[in-house]
Amino acid sequence: MDTERLLAQLLCQYENTPGGLLPLLHAVQEDLGYVPPESIPAIAEVMNLSAAEVHGVISFYHDLKTSPVGRHTLQVCAAESCQAAGGRALEHAAQEQLGIGFGETTDDGSVTLEKVYCLGNCACSPSVRIDNETYARLDATGLTALIANIGQGEGAS
Amino acid sequence: MSQRFFIPRDTTAVAVGANEVANTLAAVLSEQVSEATIVRNGSRGAFWLEPLMEIETQGERVGFGPLFPEDVADIVALSPADRTEHPKYLGKLEEHPWFAGQQRLTFARSGLDDPLCLDAYLSRHGFDGLEHALHLPPEDIVDEVTRSGLRGRGGAAFPAGIKWNTVLQAAGDEKYIACNADEGDSGTFADRLLMESDPYMLIEGMTIAGLAVGAQQGYIYLRSEYPHAWEVMHTAIAKAEAAGYLGEGICDSDRQFHLELRLGAGSYICGEETAMLESLEGRRGVVRAKPPLPAIEGLFGKPTVVNNVLTLAAIPTIMAGGAEAYAALGQGRSLGTITLQLAGNIKNGGLVEVPYGATLRAVLDQFGGGTRSGRPIRAIQVGGPLGAYLPEPLWDTPLDYEAFAAAGGMLGHGGVVVFDDTVDMAQQARFAMAFCAEESCGKCTPCRVGSVRGTEVMDRIIARESLDENMALLDDLCETMELGSLCAMGGLTPNPVRSALQYFPEDFA
Ligand SMILES: Cc1cc2nc3c(=O)[nH]c(=O)nc-3n(C[C@H](O)[C@H](O)[C@H](O)COP(=O)(O)O)c2cc1C
Ligand code: SF4
Ligand code: FES
Repeated sequence: MDTERLLAQLLCQYENTPGGLLPLLHAVQEDLGYVPPESIPAIAEVMNLSAAEVHGVISFYHDLKTSPVGRHTLQVCAAESCQAAGGRALEHAAQEQLGIGFGETTDDGSVTLEKVYCLGNCACSPSVRIDNETYARLDATGLTALIANIGQGEGAS
Repeated sequence: MSQRFFIPRDTTAVAVGANEVANTLAAVLSEQVSEATIVRNGSRGAFWLEPLMEIETQGERVGFGPLFPEDVADIVALSPADRTEHPKYLGKLEEHPWFAGQQRLTFARSGLDDPLCLDAYLSRHGFDGLEHALHLPPEDIVDEVTRSGLRGRGGAAFPAGIKWNTVLQAAGDEKYIACNADEGDSGTFADRLLMESDPYMLIEGMTIAGLAVGAQQGYIYLRSEYPHAWEVMHTAIAKAEAAGYLGEGICDSDRQFHLELRLGAGSYICGEETAMLESLEGRRGVVRAKPPLPAIEGLFGKPTVVNNVLTLAAIPTIMAGGAEAYAALGQGRSLGTITLQLAGNIKNGGLVEVPYGATLRAVLDQFGGGTRSGRPIRAIQVGGPLGAYLPEPLWDTPLDYEAFAAAGGMLGHGGVVVFDDTVDMAQQARFAMAFCAEESCGKCTPCRVGSVRGTEVMDRIIARESLDENMALLDDLCETMELGSLCAMGGLTPNPVRSALQYFPEDFA
């Protein structure tokens, strides 16, 4: 389905949902990977908001993006429980292994690296998330294997 | 001989390899002749024993863990009599000291069954509380909750009954129940565990809340960091609806309650109740000034009960077992059970539910098993990122809201993050400021700007630049944040900072 039709469909779906802007933005991002800036005027109109307000909402939330990110997202937990169990070393290792900083995407567009504050795995810290899977009790070696696997999954698809 | 095998599908169990264990088990069992089923249950919360596998043979259920896939074939091959010899054998988990020492009310069912199996829920007293509540006038439900002494589990520990009564008394027939499932505090996972392991209990609690205050619509605001909880809750709501426990005509009565699951978008401040309401309304998660209280003017401007997952999940137990039984546990004004979440550098991490009143040290001695690194514990942060770092002498504080406050700490949502003696407390103080800078909603200057300045000052302190001057500056900044912040984000960020300074001054010298 092309972007325009998809957007039209989602707008219809959430038009009458009370407080529906966040679910709508999530749905757009789920399907397109980000919220295209050119879709904002249409979103604003249907939700009875100004484009500036929609921009304001998108910029407030860490999860919402207005430009494409990598095909996969690696989030490293940077919160206290993980810090206590070796998480700071994982933060460094992730940057080193991918050769990028937090908030950046690898040159080949495969991985975006982010910090996250708690994944709810704190009993088995430290923890990372790759797309919708989380991993815990991790060390740098384990992380290396996970990162190598991200690449492999791609080759197969 | 038919057997049932249980392998948790909870996020943390899976994060440490439960799916690999389950796959191996499936392969091993496929080569067997005898009848066997694999149940993917929730977790009991003993995450240090995950991946756990339980085998039920003729009504007797014993556990093994923590497992690697390569352990599975050997264990399956053992005759029931030989199992006890296996090094990973744990016996009946109810009798395992780590569980026997707990008193589980809210988490009594957690990890026993497939969380989405309604029959299993019903067979373990599920919906008993709702059935009871359906026969009571709203005032009586609220009264029961008030008499139980239940206080909010999200952090502020406000009496639930008083809040519900405010909403009940508020004018108008459009009211809401908003469940706070944002669980942003590091070191906490109880909301997640509950939603993934016993989702119907939350649904039941919210429905009772709806009956109590006259609300017909509820929302669960779930953080986006919990994709599996989303799936489980989503399915549970659909199944409860299909079975007549949600929607129109609940349990063949003339009452209705509708429930919708909403997803957060990666913002810690959206756990603050008014920011959460803003977010539910589709706006930036900016904190609202109080008054008006959400109980009077909450979601979409209507009277709203905002409660934490654990607060709402305690309701079915209170309604089914009575307020007195609940209030008989605990001490002082902290009644019932506290769900502590042992996290950080801890050997036996997981969820411990005990009556309020034991000391932190006693709980750690009984359940924690020391640090995972094997080094001595140096500091414990209780109550999330806004909680103080407690030094050894304060570990004797009883787990009681007032006692903790008197000791300069807070219980918050029950997170207990253990640090060993390699921790650099100056780095932890810096992180507290940096986290506030990152997550501030931006409404007030002391919080928004103070935390950025605080991070810079901490950088200079860590570099040992003009120490006296920067320490004085840090103290000033903390005071400004404490006095000039609208909510606890800015107001309590100085807690971890000041406690680090006060109790661990050697890290700042
Ligand atoms: C910065 C901040 C973050 C909070 N995060 C949460 C949270 O993640 N979950 C929660 O239940 N309460 C959180 N709270 C507390 C809520 O504001 C509110 O007190 C609570 O949801 C009320 O429910 P309860 O009475 O059942 O605890 C937070 C408060 C503040 C100031
Ligand atoms: S203290 Fe911070 S988070 Fe709270 S309202 Fe003010 S700016 Fe927002
Ligand atoms: S702090 Fe990292 S998973 Fe909770």
